[in-house]
Amino acid sequence: MREYSYFIPLPLQAATMAEEVKLFGKWISPFSRRIEVALKLKGVEYEYIEEDLVNKSPALLNYNPVHKKIPVLVHNGKPIAESLVIMEYIDETWKHNPILPIDPFEKAMARFWAKFIDDKFWAIWPAVKKALTSGGEKEREEGIEEAQLHLNTLETQLKEKKFFGGERLGFVEISASLIIWIVVSQEVMGVEILTQEKFPALHKLTQKFVEDDVFKQCVPPWEPLVAYFKAQLGALAASK
Amino acid sequence: MEEHLPDKSPMLLQYNPVHKKIPVLVHKGKPLAESLVIIEYIDEVWKHNPLLPQDPYHRAKARFWAKFADEKCVPAMFRAFSKVGEEQVQAAKELRENLKTLESALEGKQYFGGETIGFLDIAVGWIGCWARMNEEVAGVNMIDAEMIPLLSLWFQKFLELPIIQECLPPQDKLLAHNKEFHKMLMMAAALT
Repeated sequence: MREYSYFIPLPLQAATMAEEVKLFGKWISPFSRRIEVALKLKGVEYEYIEEDLVNKSPALLNYNPVHKKIPVLVHNGKPIAESLVIMEYIDETWKHNPILPIDPFEKAMARFWAKFIDDKFWAIWPAVKKALTSGGEKEREEGIEEAQLHLNTLETQLKEKKFFGGERLGFVEISASLIIWIVVSQEVMGVEILTQEKFPALHKLTQKFVEDDVFKQCVPPWEPLVAYFKAQLGALAASK
Repeated sequence: MEEHLPDKSPMLLQYNPVHKKIPVLVHKGKPLAESLVIIEYIDEVWKHNPLLPQDPYHRAKARFWAKFADEKCVPAMFRAFSKVGEEQVQAAKELRENLKTLESALEGKQYFGGETIGFLDIAVGWIGCWARMNEEVAGVNMIDAEMIPLLSLWFQKFLELPIIQECLPPQDKLLAHNKEFHKMLMMAAALT
């Protein structure tokens, strides 16, 4: 049983507190998108800065000199990097509508699963990209198989954990919103990887996302995604 | 409870079915895995002598650096220990550079936690013990005192603390184990 307090829709917070919140992100990054979900769930007003990762801005390099990556949250001039670290910071700074459970054990489990999902995603996403941007049939099949293998591990573990029983979408679900990128990308490219039959729990989760008022604001945009994958396909074909 | 890893106990497999690894903390029958997750749990349940700072920004920094050490220092250290030739040289170089980056997190303090040790000290201190011992075993420089004078000093102070001394594995046993392990790795490397 998760302990979550009631979700109370609140007016935008930052305006009254004279705070400055900036998020450096990339439209196509699931890692920066999920920070936007967390900020919107908390009703925190923020300035979004789209980064060109080929030409990183001096600001980004200044705020994240160690990794030089997005997302970076800058709160009143103080930078925080690493997606899950940022999410915890958001939860600890704006305490209403908690994202993490209150009970220490439940909280620890949420952290454990969020890390598990992140680690798995790094195995899944390259396989998905391979499936979606390979010119050849064989490579596509290989990509699909590899992606499904890792998705299966995720499906098996998550199915047992009953994270999707409650009404609230919290830390684990926000972390798992990476999955929606697979679903939308496969639709865009007309390839079947994460199907309802093979992955009912993951499919159910993505449905929850698209139906949720906050999450659906951060779903990957269709047209730019089409353009992105077609460009990748084009680049691959040109290099062969 | 001591685990013998080649033959994992049924209890371990029951308590950590996902990764089947140690450490696992079982508190009132409920199991937790993943070292850093466990440390945060301990800090939240037993609230005296807090390990993490109170301020969210400083907590975020501590978590950031613990993740950095786990992802950037530890794998490089293991590669420097288990590889040979050019791969080993590159891994050791990467390790030394990443330790240099980690050093900046000290920010001129005695410990990462300030006057006393905290979350980050506990999360990364063991690297000093392991690296110092294994640079001898593997014949590669891991802790370059000239390159990281502050971190080098911190490793020394940390490992000398009585409370840490109590928790260190018996050094002669550890050395023997690591030598044996290294031999096995070298044999495996020779076969590939």
